[in-house]
Amino acid sequence: MFSPEIVLTAALNGLMTGAVYALIALGLTLVYGVLHIINFAHGATLTAAMFGVLVLNQALGLDPYLAILALAPLFFAVGYAVQRLVIGPASHGEDVNILLVTLGLAIIIENALLAIFRSDTRSVDTAYAFSVVEVGDLFLSTPRVIAFFASIGVAVLLWLVLARTDTGKAIRAVAKEKTGAALVGIDVSHVYAITFGLGAACVAIAACLLMPTFYVNPRVGGAFVLVAFTIVVLGGMGSIPGALVGGLFIGVVESLSGLYLGESLGQIGIFLIFILVLLFRPTGLFGAKA
Amino acid sequence: MSARDLASGFGPILAVVALLALVPLFVTANTVLNFLVFTLIIALAAQGWNLLAGYGGQFSFGHAAFFGTGAYAAAILQVTLGINAYAAFVAGVGLGALVGFGIGFLSFRSGLRGSYFALVTLAFAEVFRILANAATFTGGAAGVLIPLEVSAANFQFESRAAYYWIALALVGTVLVLNRGIERARFGAQLVAVRENEAAARALGVDALAVKLKAIALSGGITAAAGCLYAQYFLYLDATIAYGPWISIEALLAPIVGGLGTVFGPLVGALALHGLSEGSKMFTGEIPGIDLVVFGVVLIVMVAFAPDGVMGLVGRARRRLAGKAATAKVPSPAAAPAREETAA
Repeated sequence: MFSPEIVLTAALNGLMTGAVYALIALGLTLVYGVLHIINFAHGATLTAAMFGVLVLNQALGLDPYLAILALAPLFFAVGYAVQRLVIGPASHGEDVNILLVTLGLAIIIENALLAIFRSDTRSVDTAYAFSVVEVGDLFLSTPRVIAFFASIGVAVLLWLVLARTDTGKAIRAVAKEKTGAALVGIDVSHVYAITFGLGAACVAIAACLLMPTFYVNPRVGGAFVLVAFTIVVLGGMGSIPGALVGGLFIGVVESLSGLYLGESLGQIGIFLIFILVLLFRPTGLFGAKA
Repeated sequence: MSARDLASGFGPILAVVALLALVPLFVTANTVLNFLVFTLIIALAAQGWNLLAGYGGQFSFGHAAFFGTGAYAAAILQVTLGINAYAAFVAGVGLGALVGFGIGFLSFRSGLRGSYFALVTLAFAEVFRILANAATFTGGAAGVLIPLEVSAANFQFESRAAYYWIALALVGTVLVLNRGIERARFGAQLVAVRENEAAARALGVDALAVKLKAIALSGGITAAAGCLYAQYFLYLDATIAYGPWISIEALLAPIVGGLGTVFGPLVGALALHGLSEGSKMFTGEIPGIDLVVFGVVLIVMVAFAPDGVMGLVGRARRRLAGKAATAKVPSPAAAPAREETAA
């Protein structure tokens, strides 16, 4: 057995990783809530954003946190365009088609990155990568603490956008009843594209928060996106508070099962939760009854 | 079933298989035969996927779970338990069907469908991959190596052509099986469940039983592809056996070839891998480029030809037949209309 300090540190570390997971899941759940589709390209988008951070850092010496200012708007625009120009027209409004089109996008993005960057694992060097914050007896990694608070901040910001702005109102209207929304003059395909753009921007910010402590290779998104699926299903598809709580919970589960079962089996805990939730409560803990 | 029905249903299968069987008599280059064996293995895995998704409408994103189970079963039963290779093959197929039934039982009973079913199959495949990578009896991360002992009794052959014919025989068997299913009550029920499950139920179709039968058969077929893969390459690890690549290959081929058609998976696998070999010729060995092409093809097919190559062929044939008919019976009213639609 481990000492309480080790377990507590692992739990806190998990909580902080979980906040970034929550941010990734937030993008996924937002898109699901409005468009009612599962975006299989979400993980590949994350990988692309992480390479974006890497390139900006190596070419211009840009700090990963400052890269948010460049990458978040860029990914919003790209997400908007991809939904408007590719996913929307190609899928003819059928769910199965959307599933396949986003899967196709994921394959393209991941392998284009593989062709450009090859399969080497790379990381960004920063002065603060190994600095720690002391909380009582515990040492917490500074980048993780920053990632934790930034993720929560973005979640709050997103919630404010949805709750307080006209665009947010339009998004919520389309999510509830798209025909009705179209009847009162809301441009549904514009709202779809905005939502998709917001999802991509969430992922871009998550990538900037991850890069100081994480590595990147063309396959890295797969691991994150399965975690994000788990969170979204656990929290209830389309539920923003569900994604937040689910993300924090999954982060802790992963950290603790890694501690007790070892690195290689750490993710098993997540997948078992995923399968169990899907089988017994597919609407999630916060989702409405289907 | 009349003799004419039999000929129109099974005749084309016989013709295609016979034609493909002649290939090794003319082509002896190992690289070409290698390519063809691999493509046939993919086609076999895709045939399994097509049975469940094409006919039954249940889109699995995790057919690696079946492929890997077949591959590992064939390898481990031989290497660790010393069981005869052919018996191990049969056991692998049986285990694949069993895993299919198990996953189907859990997810269909909980009423999962659409994206949820896709997600849960994906998760099962990932769990299997992580477990196979960590367990000791699967050889862990090092994988399993089947020792090279070339002899027909060991299911190992000197010539690539022998593997080619075996793979072709398996693909041909499944072609016949699928045509049989298409014409049987089971096939009709499966399509009814795909089109409208509630309506099928109201007509007295036991939807759960139909779906379970389909996923067990599907699992068995895809597991056979896994067994053959193990037997041909004599090595596998968790990423090969349970990795996402095979789940994607298995779904891509039928979508490109024609969902829910007998020849779709075979046509799709040949088209895709022909295309990827072709793109390699232009770009050289850049990793990932062939898969980028696959992704583009997938999106283009979904956007412009949702019924795949087989659908395009069917449409072209109908158009030709229509033109022939109008040529025979010249109708002044119909002719300009046809011109307009063509323009």
